[in-house]
Amino acid sequence: MQLAEMAATTATTGARPRHSSGTWGRRLAPYLFLLPFLILFVAFLIVPLLYALDLSLWKKALVGGTRFVGIENYQKAFVDAKFWAGVLTLVKFALMQIPVMLGLALLFALILDSGVVYLKGFFRVSFFIPYAVPTVIAALLWGYLYSPVSGPAAQIATALGWPKPDFLNPSTILPSIANIATWEYMGYNMIIYFAALQAIPQDLEEASTVDGAGAFAHAIYVKLPLIVPTILVTIIFSIIGSLQLFSEPYLLINIARTVINSSFTPNIYAYTQSFIGQQYNYAAAISFLLGAVTAVISYVFMLATSRRSAR
Amino acid sequence: MTKKLLDTVFDAPVGRRTFLKGAAATAALPALGALGGTAMAQEAVELTYWAWTPGDPEMVAAFMKAYPNIKINYQNVGQGGPHYQKLRDALTAGSGIPDVAQMEFNSIPSFKALNALADMGTAGANDIKDKFVDWTWKSVSDGDKVYGIPWDSGPMGLLYREDVFSKSGLSAAPETWDEYAEAAMKIAKDSPGSYITDFVGSADAGWVAGVLWQKGWRPFHLDGTNISIKLNDQIAKDWAAYWQKLIDAKAVDTAPAWTADWFAGFDSGKYASWVCAAWSPVLMISAMKTSVGKWRAAKMPQWKKGDYVISNWGGSTFATMAATQHLKEATQFAMWMGGNLETAKYWNQKQYLFPVVKDVLNDPAVLDYKFDFYGGQQVNKIFAEAEAHVDPSFEFAPFQDYVNTHIQDEFAASIGGNGTLADAFDRVQDAIVAYAKDQGYTVT
Repeated sequence: MQLAEMAATTATTGARPRHSSGTWGRRLAPYLFLLPFLILFVAFLIVPLLYALDLSLWKKALVGGTRFVGIENYQKAFVDAKFWAGVLTLVKFALMQIPVMLGLALLFALILDSGVVYLKGFFRVSFFIPYAVPTVIAALLWGYLYSPVSGPAAQIATALGWPKPDFLNPSTILPSIANIATWEYMGYNMIIYFAALQAIPQDLEEASTVDGAGAFAHAIYVKLPLIVPTILVTIIFSIIGSLQLFSEPYLLINIARTVINSSFTPNIYAYTQSFIGQQYNYAAAISFLLGAVTAVISYVFMLATSRRSAR
Repeated sequence: MTKKLLDTVFDAPVGRRTFLKGAAATAALPALGALGGTAMAQEAVELTYWAWTPGDPEMVAAFMKAYPNIKINYQNVGQGGPHYQKLRDALTAGSGIPDVAQMEFNSIPSFKALNALADMGTAGANDIKDKFVDWTWKSVSDGDKVYGIPWDSGPMGLLYREDVFSKSGLSAAPETWDEYAEAAMKIAKDSPGSYITDFVGSADAGWVAGVLWQKGWRPFHLDGTNISIKLNDQIAKDWAAYWQKLIDAKAVDTAPAWTADWFAGFDSGKYASWVCAAWSPVLMISAMKTSVGKWRAAKMPQWKKGDYVISNWGGSTFATMAATQHLKEATQFAMWMGGNLETAKYWNQKQYLFPVVKDVLNDPAVLDYKFDFYGGQQVNKIFAEAEAHVDPSFEFAPFQDYVNTHIQDEFAASIGGNGTLADAFDRVQDAIVAYAKDQGYTVT
């Protein structure tokens, strides 16, 4: 601060008030630039969060009105079998979906980065396009592809006299949803990896070529270790995203009614509880509990990986 | 604390506007006393109206022509579920509530429980009660209290494929449910890949309530804050056993309902019949592409030969919200939309709603109309006769949407292999009793 003042004094020969307004302006400037973000952040994240927290401590009943219940909603949610069944479903989902999606993203990013393909820009954009397709449209599209009557897979199987594939029974529904999510988000992760790979200095490649490494060895032993931090970040993002799963199964309910119910994922459960069961308070508690579960899982993952990398 | 903050931040302008409106209304009152009705004509009253039925804009325009001192802001905020959700959100927020809203028969108790519906009886709605089919009026009223003006209804019946039925030597529609089950077995045997119908219980709890209503199922009775809940009584169990037998014998399908594949199934002859409502015949005409002329309509199958017991599935009313500042005008609008003869004719002839106004229902032009799609059958006659046999004593729950979700979830679980349909009723009963208690009701 002293330095700044000295700099200001040497820079300006004007009167005292002008000098002080200059410092003020300089100090205020960053906050002014941050203001648009801060306003939106507070209005659309902090305030709703506080509002939901407040909601979760009350209980409004059809008969008897609203009363303060403290942590009662949380106690109920903590032993709610439907909530934990939803969490378990999503853990299974994450375990099968995240490795496949990120593995593919990494593979494609390495191929694009290696320079062996023509039309690099074209492939980059085509892999990324599904991310730009709204989830609602994506689910409708895949709903048609999965359809046991009019879907192309079913029709081809019928034409060839094979048994029809069933994408929507209890054992296939999770892979089917995982497939949609992979299609949607693989390109997004690929772009992140690609950007990280592009940032690796060229001279490393020259060095490994001198040492006799081919493109494959260079990718595995030089490029991969260098983008590990990026990979860890995408895994965390994917875990958080998986636990928030809502739109894809929600939009498939109509065609997979016997496997997707109103508590299939915690978010669908919260949605049902609030907008159909009119238990807004309980739904708020479920949301916070889900947030806590997500934080715990992400933290455990970070702890595990940071220990390993420290070793 | 935060809620209060939010209210001040977001609701202030609305609050002020409402306040000003209120002030204007009070200011107008003395003037009204002095000058009589003419004072009203100068100050146009604005009403907000939420509904999703096609043709609303036309009828709203016609109403404003007939009543120049009432301006209607028509909004379509969503069909069915989303509409009620937004209505509940507005009620919870205490602002943005419409004056008049479309309200299906089975949703009336839910919104009555929220004290959201105005009593139109105090604004003269009883003047037109005799215009309506008796059971529809009974369903919207409680003595002189009126919570909705009937709009359309759905007395139940049967649509079936004559070609598929005759392949199994069935020359007429089954009169009883026993005959229906026999026909199901025959069709499954004679036409492989065909089913007499698709059991839609896991996708449409409204249908479940409709069909069980006919069998005498009365799962709810509300008396103040006491509610009796008998979802899993013997009637439900017998009904569950009836369908379970057909499902186990693969004589009915259990595919999801209301999908493109489902409609295609009716068109291709995969499904040979549909136990449906009076609004279904026209729906089928618009949804089928190849099966024109092969369909027939018949009376809903009976549990006892010779009986004539019919239930209702679907149908809407015009309800005014308790929050309205203009109950008189809102009631006028609702009465005109539902009870005005020309309007009622429009709903039937242009939008194919099944009439609830006696003069439209008994109109020979409606009754005698021959549908080519149904081989020249006078389909409306069948459903008009059914309308007269609807037993109005069925009561929906004050939280019917929640009940419906549970019925669908548990039926889906049963069809997916988790127990029988009868077990599903037990699970629904337990969940709903727990919910009702949690919501402060005394469960008896």
